[in-house]
Amino acid sequence: MIDPFNIIITGVGGQGNVLAARMLGNTLTKAGYYVTIGETFGASQRGGSVMSHLRVSKESSWSPQIPKGKAHLIIALEPIESLRVLAAYGNRDVKVVSNTRPIYPVGVICGDLAYPSLPDLNTAVAQLCDDARFINATEEAVALGHPILSNVIMVGAAAGLGLLPIDDESFKSVISENVPESKIDINMKAYRKGKEMAVDPVKF
Amino acid sequence: MLLSKSEGKEFLLMGNQAIARGALEAGVSVAAGYPGTPSSEIIENLAAVAPDADLYVEWSVNEKVSLEVAAAGSFAGLRSLCVMKQNGVNVASDFLLHLVLSGTRGGMVLIPCDDPGAISSVNEGESRYFARLMEIPLLEPGDFQEAKDMTKWAFELSEEISNVVMLRSVTRLSHASGNVKLGELNRAKPSAKFNFSGNLLDAKTGPVITAPVPFRHTQQQAKLKKAIDLFERSPFNRYEGPENPELLIITSSACYLYSREALRVLDAEKRAGILKLGTTWPLPPELLKKHLAAADKILIVEEVLPFLEENIKILAMENIDSIGKIKFFGKNNGTIPSVNEMNPDHVIKAVSSILNIPYTGMPEEYEKSGQILSFTKSPNRELTFCPGCPHRASYWSINRALTLNGKNGFVCGDIGCYTMAILPAGFGTIKTAHSMGSGTGVASGFGKLKSFGLNQPVVSVCGDSTFFHAGMPALVNAVHNGSDMLLVILDNSGTAMTGFQPHPGIPSDAAGNKLPSVDIESVCRSIGAKTFTTDPFNISETEKKVLDIIENETGARVLIMRQGCALSPEKKGKKKYNVSVDSNICKGTDCGCNRLCTRVFRCPGLVWNSSTGKAVIDEIICAGCGVCADICPSGAIKRSEVMS
Repeated sequence: MIDPFNIIITGVGGQGNVLAARMLGNTLTKAGYYVTIGETFGASQRGGSVMSHLRVSKESSWSPQIPKGKAHLIIALEPIESLRVLAAYGNRDVKVVSNTRPIYPVGVICGDLAYPSLPDLNTAVAQLCDDARFINATEEAVALGHPILSNVIMVGAAAGLGLLPIDDESFKSVISENVPESKIDINMKAYRKGKEMAVDPVKF
Repeated sequence: MLLSKSEGKEFLLMGNQAIARGALEAGVSVAAGYPGTPSSEIIENLAAVAPDADLYVEWSVNEKVSLEVAAAGSFAGLRSLCVMKQNGVNVASDFLLHLVLSGTRGGMVLIPCDDPGAISSVNEGESRYFARLMEIPLLEPGDFQEAKDMTKWAFELSEEISNVVMLRSVTRLSHASGNVKLGELNRAKPSAKFNFSGNLLDAKTGPVITAPVPFRHTQQQAKLKKAIDLFERSPFNRYEGPENPELLIITSSACYLYSREALRVLDAEKRAGILKLGTTWPLPPELLKKHLAAADKILIVEEVLPFLEENIKILAMENIDSIGKIKFFGKNNGTIPSVNEMNPDHVIKAVSSILNIPYTGMPEEYEKSGQILSFTKSPNRELTFCPGCPHRASYWSINRALTLNGKNGFVCGDIGCYTMAILPAGFGTIKTAHSMGSGTGVASGFGKLKSFGLNQPVVSVCGDSTFFHAGMPALVNAVHNGSDMLLVILDNSGTAMTGFQPHPGIPSDAAGNKLPSVDIESVCRSIGAKTFTTDPFNISETEKKVLDIIENETGARVLIMRQGCALSPEKKGKKKYNVSVDSNICKGTDCGCNRLCTRVFRCPGLVWNSSTGKAVIDEIICAGCGVCADICPSGAIKRSEVMS
């Protein structure tokens, strides 16, 4: 693993961005890494973009902000946010794993702005990085019983890329500390589903 | 986790959690504050463990009172903590000026959390200057472990010098997370007693007062000298780097992490060193002199104002004989930007230019195509009120009434979610916006300008928590001076913006225990303001009331618009109405209303379907307030009450 390994989790207020960063951070902490998470969630409840920067290192804590252009992995809980983050922190080698379900900005809802189609967005993202994968995380989460599981699917998908030093057991121990016992199985199911989906993304 | 006995075990903690844990390890007994991002989680975390940890935790009416409440704990011999965001220190500063003169007894720590870059603020004020102004020690943690360890030590330091210690955090520490090794909890419950029968001049046993001032001031400055001695040996000040660096970076707080990163990224660790200061006022002169003498080039990295830079330059000038000539780089010569927050890139750029090391963060071509693609394919996320937010309805009516009145009336605003009425979300209704409660004070002034020809109707808006915080004195002023203005209190039953902390109008405390509440309407009436109430979700009645009060009433009057926040625990996820658009009635673009529903009202739950050319309700997002049904001139939006 590149040290420090720089991960950005991006999305929109209410999607559980902060929680997803926590889950991933705690799993990596348990695996013996220094993890630093920087969060920007000031406008989260009012329709704004939310972003977490995770720095993962064997050596020490790093700064809570990733330098421009230096992300290694972008996890987008909302598709257009992947593009916004690429523009600031991207590079050709960054890996992107993105949910396909849009959350429309108020300007789009009002009919003032246009939201790109998924193939259109995929083309734009492909101009900025060589490995971007879109997965139907929300759809799958709904099929599993609750849209909130889409975060766990996305974390699973990030694990499924094989870039991070985490295994199912360490993730399970973090989930066990954060959800009631009756919910552990469904969360693990979502996590494993995400791993599978990462290697079998949406085809364009 | 906050009460975990796993000493020595490492956890991933948010900066604010680390601070709260540090206070618990120090054995804090009293904690008070006023909510404000990025500080709120410190009090919230302590409130959550208050019953188990024998703490008294309070959300006070404002920052000044919270400092007074915490001071009482200290005067009674307890360790006490006071927490606020940066601008809160301005509010608390009058009491602080006097408190530092009288001194404290039990360890007392004041924690302001600054917000460089104004990520969640309408200012990027600096609290560090208050430490110098008030002549008290200032600590700045440089990482998450230090956030905990320094908080604990701050109480000890405070007791050592019998005065308040300021510990300053910033958004990138408070709202960031990192590994923290826990220490031992201090679970002793001390008993409180206020001693006052000693000699008038005995700070430990006499009355706690500021007189005689020259005597106390001399004592206070002696305390600060004692702090300097401790700072000279403090492990929170560290040097990392070669013995005689080409470049010395002096830094503190989160900027230490950015500086360290910059040297690593540029592979400049053998050429440049970092003096990381944890005790930043007063500066420890011997430590500084030693390091200043070892380098010819000094770069100072800090946010937001050049606080360290100014103080270090004074120290260098006073010791020029031993230090020699130095070239300073920092905010004053433009090496580091003088506004906004820092990040690794700013420091990398500064170091690469000083040491002449090439660096490319993002190739120019990539940056250019990224900007174009992002601009064209990532539609901007403009801030807006939540679906079902009462503020959207309130501003709709205020705006309409002022327009119908036709006399160019305007609204003075202040701080809360409702500040967003400077944006299209609130129809651009607010025309002045500054600090807590200031809309009403400014309106009180505007309302006295009739004799100079100002005939525009004057309205102010103020939230319920803000009303108690700083709106009340402004209303008293307006009533007493006969100002002609209308104060609209946007009462959504909680400090909504920062996460529903209770305020004096709410019948519970920080930990959820029952408390008596203060009724806003009775307060306004007893002040002598003509007071009216309305439900902003009833927009026809609300608009009529606003218009009637503006046109037919004089003097300072109050209209309370009362409707709970859509995110409040009582309302969240519960719809009052099922709302739908009857596509047979909706005339779309042919209506002549110019899409009042979606273009102007702009609720995220009300969607413009460009393929059908009609409005439609998004059932998932709609909160079921039903207000939009009254907006549609054709009556196409239907609501039916949800049966419970």
